[in-house]
Amino acid sequence: MNKLTVSPSPHIKSSQTTEKIMWAVVISLIPAGIAGVYIFGISSLNVIALSILSCIFTEALFLRLRNKELKAVLDGSAILTGLLLAYNLPPETPFWIPIAGGMVSIALGKQIFGGLGQNIFNPALVGRAFLQISWPVYMTAWKTPRWWPDAISSATPLSKEAGAHFNYMDLFLGNRPGSLGEICVIALLIGAIFLLVTKIISLHIPLSYIGTVGIITWVFGKEGFFKGDFIFNILAGGIILGAFFMATDYVTSPLTKKGRIVFGIGCGILTAVIRLRGGYPEGVCYSILFMNAAVPIIDRFTKTKKYGIIKK
Amino acid sequence: MKKLIKEFFKGIGSENPIFRLVLGLCPALAVSTSVINGLGMGIAATFVLLGSNIIISLIRKSIPDQIRIPCFIVIIATFVTIVELMMKAYAPELSRSLGIFVPLIVVNCMVLGRAEAFASKKGVFVSILDALGMGAGFTLGLLLISAIRELLGNGTLFGFLILKGFEPVLYLVLAPGALLVIGLLIGGINFLSAKRRSV
Repeated sequence: MNKLTVSPSPHIKSSQTTEKIMWAVVISLIPAGIAGVYIFGISSLNVIALSILSCIFTEALFLRLRNKELKAVLDGSAILTGLLLAYNLPPETPFWIPIAGGMVSIALGKQIFGGLGQNIFNPALVGRAFLQISWPVYMTAWKTPRWWPDAISSATPLSKEAGAHFNYMDLFLGNRPGSLGEICVIALLIGAIFLLVTKIISLHIPLSYIGTVGIITWVFGKEGFFKGDFIFNILAGGIILGAFFMATDYVTSPLTKKGRIVFGIGCGILTAVIRLRGGYPEGVCYSILFMNAAVPIIDRFTKTKKYGIIKK
Repeated sequence: MKKLIKEFFKGIGSENPIFRLVLGLCPALAVSTSVINGLGMGIAATFVLLGSNIIISLIRKSIPDQIRIPCFIVIIATFVTIVELMMKAYAPELSRSLGIFVPLIVVNCMVLGRAEAFASKKGVFVSILDALGMGAGFTLGLLLISAIRELLGNGTLFGFLILKGFEPVLYLVLAPGALLVIGLLIGGINFLSAKRRSV
């Protein structure tokens, strides 16, 4: 008879690994990328490729400097950061914009805090915020879909100078100027459903985030009290991409369900306030970064009760 | 003699006000947007430091312990006023670009810190060396930070165009850029000194 196995806990292990999760998110983002390249033309593929390559090279450099195994480059996290960064960029930029963004994302957003799992802020959004502040001209030169008559336009549906009215179907399918990966809502939703079905993300953050933005823009919208166009506000801009793929990042979002709902509502309030009253037309990037900073305190106040403890 | 030299060089190296003591960060963050500003602020602060260290060290025995901080502040404020008026008279452009940060030297922790920790306890001569060393360390730190920020954030050094065809990183001349550059420099210096200690 075999002896009983003696080992320290945990005894039951999930088959889920960091690599599997990262690659699943990468796969779920592919439909939106295909849609973006189809809408803006093949040149936007350059942005995606340069961004990913820059992230991988920076990651490898830092792993080397920190005497870690180079194999960790392929855990998918650097590729995911590069992909998300590219989706947040205008579809046509000077070649060095995605390269600089990738370097900042990995170096200043992730590795300087200690690498995977240690970063406070979402690396891709750190890169985007840096680019937005440093080179605002290039970061707001929006290309229009390739079948539109004029090639470069400076107005996304959310900016105040956007004259044309966009109908909901155009916004849903992505027939509008905007960032590379944020425009095609249907493609993003396909990816999001895949992540929900495989239980990689839960609905708490996206629902509370999108719901809060919807309610605030409905009540306080431009069109009048309780008359705001909330469907437009949800479909235009980067909320779908931000809520499903970036606010749900494991490292930079709260641990508990209650905390996640608080986090989503906070992101929603900030996004809506920046859009309605702020200087920028879009606030998804900054609102998620802001709430990332609040995650430790949210976690502290939403601790779950220990099993068996009676509340006095 | 060796001790005196050490007293001077500690301000530049092991006790550098910006990178080691992390004092006087307010001007270091605010005025390090160009090398000229950094240099001007460094010299102004050094002058105030020197003057206040000399006077405080001279009268250290007659300052009552309970009200030493107000006494230090009055002495420091006198020298700051001198610097401010001189700068307005002879370098009006620098005075305009430094703005409120010249009068704010009065409450600079570095100046007050040296008065409290050094000049009020030691003799005049070492206090002068301490002031000069600390001032030099502060000026060099400001020069380093402002050179990085001006070169990468504006493509220039001392106002001359150096990097042609380079799109300046606007981030670095804005306020968050100062925090980033100082943070990275402190991190780098700590990394190097830790490495040297372990060897």
